[in-house]
Amino acid sequence: MAEFTLPANSKIGEGKTHRAPSGTKRIKTFKIYRWNPDDGQNPRVDSFEIDLDQCAPMVLDALIKIKTEIDTTVTFRRSCREGICGSCAMNIDGTNTLACLKPIDEIKGDAKIYPLPHMLVIKDLVPDLTVPYAQYASIQPWLQTESAPPPDAERRQSEAERAKLDGLWECVLCFCCSTSCPSYWWNGERYLGPAILLQAYRWIADSRDEMAGERLDNLEDPFRLYRCHTIMNCTKTCPKGLNPGKAIAEIKKMMVMRR
Amino acid sequence: MRSTLGRVRGMGSARDGTHHFFAQRLTAIALVPLTLWFVYSAVGLIGQDNGAVHEWASHQINACGLIALVIATFHHAQLGLQTVIEDYVHREGTKFIVLIGTKLVCAAFAIAGIVAVIKLAFGG
Repeated sequence: MAEFTLPANSKIGEGKTHRAPSGTKRIKTFKIYRWNPDDGQNPRVDSFEIDLDQCAPMVLDALIKIKTEIDTTVTFRRSCREGICGSCAMNIDGTNTLACLKPIDEIKGDAKIYPLPHMLVIKDLVPDLTVPYAQYASIQPWLQTESAPPPDAERRQSEAERAKLDGLWECVLCFCCSTSCPSYWWNGERYLGPAILLQAYRWIADSRDEMAGERLDNLEDPFRLYRCHTIMNCTKTCPKGLNPGKAIAEIKKMMVMRR
Repeated sequence: MRSTLGRVRGMGSARDGTHHFFAQRLTAIALVPLTLWFVYSAVGLIGQDNGAVHEWASHQINACGLIALVIATFHHAQLGLQTVIEDYVHREGTKFIVLIGTKLVCAAFAIAGIVAVIKLAFGG
């Protein structure tokens, strides 16, 4: 059965508190999930008081400040700092999002920061994304054709055909959506999840691709596709404003239409 | 020791699920007018004697409606329960037994309901 409580070694305790220097005027407390695989301890939540007058506006800025100035062991992924790479996906203030796109002043009270939900944790805010990456590989996310391309030219696509990819190509594979989905929590190895299904639809919807039928065959499964129960957490949480729920609905519509 | 990709691919696609998805929605849509009609009719029969209920149920359209309601209800219930079981029960043996059990119980209730309507309609 699905487990609704945390195992004993995953229960979260209270960690250290790092106070701001006295005289600091605008203090914001960041409560950050910490877990180190090497120390044998349960996870804990450390508190870091930050002077907002000395910190850039985004949550990622605060995390970098904490790592640079207070505790160098705080571990998280980040790269582009502008919402393109998808690395800094985490659960901030109860919602999955990209730390680099989340303004600190949108968070009321303490800023609670946890790793993406229901994934194995490698360390602190770094989740193990091995399964979603393998699921991504399983949908063969590249253009597949049998026709030879036109000589000395690219495969042509009308503006209308190209427009069908808008809202799909922008996905940065941060997996905020998949890890917000209860169906993905309960059946994460068999259900492909919203991120991968959006990517699958990106290729099905591409007028240049010639393998839509095979791609649909690969998805037609009670678990791979039909674990989606239109909960719509995916669309609500997407930091890029995309709509994986709609992409999944389009796949289901095609499944019915082709029968 | 299996690779993650091997685990994710598993036994491949079942090439199934669309019929379940479509039937679940079709029975849901059918149940909206059928349930409203049944509740409206049942409220109209409140306080009336057994003969009046018998007469109402023996009308051809009403008997057909009742049988359609019974079939749609238990088919929809079975499809819904299957979804819940597949979501939450992860032991394969238990899942198999519970899935078969719910199908048999729903089929039994549907048969009992249809027989009851026929008996009512034909004056048993």
